[in-house]
Amino acid sequence: MTAHLLTELTIFILAVFVGLEVISRVPTMLHTPLMSATNAIHGIVLVGAILVAGAADAPFNAIVGFILVLLASLNVFGGYTVTERMLQMFRPKAQAPKPPADGAQ
Amino acid sequence: MTGADTAAASWVDIAYLITAICFIFGLRYLSSPKTARLGNRVSAVGMLIAVVATLSQGIVNWYVIGAALVVGAAIGIVSAQRVKMTAMPQMVAIFNGAGGGAAALVAAGELLKVYQANGTPTYDVSFTSVLSAVIGAISFAGSIIAFLKLQEVMTGRPITYPGQQIVNALVALAILVCWGLVVANVPNALAFFWIALVASFVLGILFVLPIGGADMPVVISLLNSFTGLAAASTGFVLGNNVLIVAGALVGASGTLLTVLMGKAMNRSVTNVLFGAFGAIKTSTAAGAAKAQNVRSVSADDVAAMLAYANQVIVVPGYGMAVAQAQHSIRELADQLEKKGVEVKYAIHPVAGRMPGHMNVLLAEANVPYTSLYDMDDINPEFERTDVALVVGANDVTNPAARSDKNSPIYGMPILDVDKAANVVVLKRSMNSGFAGIDNPLFDDPKTVMLFGDAKKSIDGVIAGVKAL
Repeated sequence: MTAHLLTELTIFILAVFVGLEVISRVPTMLHTPLMSATNAIHGIVLVGAILVAGAADAPFNAIVGFILVLLASLNVFGGYTVTERMLQMFRPKAQAPKPPADGAQ
Repeated sequence: MTGADTAAASWVDIAYLITAICFIFGLRYLSSPKTARLGNRVSAVGMLIAVVATLSQGIVNWYVIGAALVVGAAIGIVSAQRVKMTAMPQMVAIFNGAGGGAAALVAAGELLKVYQANGTPTYDVSFTSVLSAVIGAISFAGSIIAFLKLQEVMTGRPITYPGQQIVNALVALAILVCWGLVVANVPNALAFFWIALVASFVLGILFVLPIGGADMPVVISLLNSFTGLAAASTGFVLGNNVLIVAGALVGASGTLLTVLMGKAMNRSVTNVLFGAFGAIKTSTAAGAAKAQNVRSVSADDVAAMLAYANQVIVVPGYGMAVAQAQHSIRELADQLEKKGVEVKYAIHPVAGRMPGHMNVLLAEANVPYTSLYDMDDINPEFERTDVALVVGANDVTNPAARSDKNSPIYGMPILDVDKAANVVVLKRSMNSGFAGIDNPLFDDPKTVMLFGDAKKSIDGVIAGVKAL
């Protein structure tokens, strides 16, 4: 193992702990948006996709590059859009004033 | 990205650091529904920064990248906007699969580049690129199967066959062998890389096949975690810190959710993955045929019970999602609140097909999130409740989980619906739940059943309440 890989592993492990810390605070109510938000975040592989596709010179590499940028881009744009749509729906009680009881009792 | 050589590279590295910070804050803001949207936007800005920074580097194939970006964005945005909220689990599965597939191909592309330059990849690169190809391909194929199951293109029931575990183990072994050969850089190592990639794809299919519908929350979370880890290991391949950090965050999130879902079912994750429900089904098949003493009532009866109650707790399950009954439920709650009835919603952690599934559906129907309660908060309330209205939920209300040591779900935390003064169960038919387990709740003298499609039943009850 190179020293460089060890540094990266260190970053990885610290990030896992940050992730566990931050995500354990997310209420169960928001677990679907959480999944969808993290889904969008792993779309960061788009960066890797651009790097690989951008350096591709042979036609085969270019085809692979096209497919992988397409997949990653689908992941990023779809992920953020769906998360936004879901989160728009979560409203507190305040916006829908409760009608007064009309003396049914 | 090893940095340090040019000024431009270090600018990009700083941009990536900002992106990582944006992602962490984005997730941090998800701790409250009030700040969650801001969180999503902060995270999206982070993503934009990373993409722009990457594009600013020496890119050769502008056309290829531009076209792929635009097509991917168009498909992603349009499908994300059109998808129905009830189909959300499938949508999440598809995007997850896309990410996993991309990670696998990035690793493949990078390895390919080294070989084509007639070079020998370092151990670090060959080890991590096989790793991300394997996890990415498993996630890609597994997500597709999960999608097909959720979309009901194929059966949602577990698909099992004799020797399944052995077949899976052999495929896994083949992957490990190929991995070793690639790292050892034997002649034709690239061929073994492709074999490992294909075998991982097959393993992804095989491992999701035996997992049934009710276990979907576990498998969806796990696949999410896999894609995160695949992205992180791609980061190792490329020496790219932002991929490592983002992948680690997602991996942590997916793992945490997987464990939570397992706990909510009182089953270990291994138990879920290696298909225990297949065996359970046959052992209880005889019991499921047992005739139960159930009382069936009309929608008007239910309307009267609800309208004269002080407090009603709605217990939604997957049946609500299938019938798309969430809007009708909201309307019923409005009508009841007009009559001074307090309406609350009890959400079991594994109700539905993904973590938090019921919350999203009810939010879509404009139910304020302040009326939604988690299991631990609502359970003490059932004793003070006049009517518990169970809409398409079954196993999560089964009192056998508390008392019957022989029940397959014994020990699973449940909603204490049976402690309410009256229980109304909306159900399509008397078929037993997904796992084929008897539910003594239906036999309880204080339980009444309203049979039929959940949405039509609720609409009938609404008409009854209005007529009172």
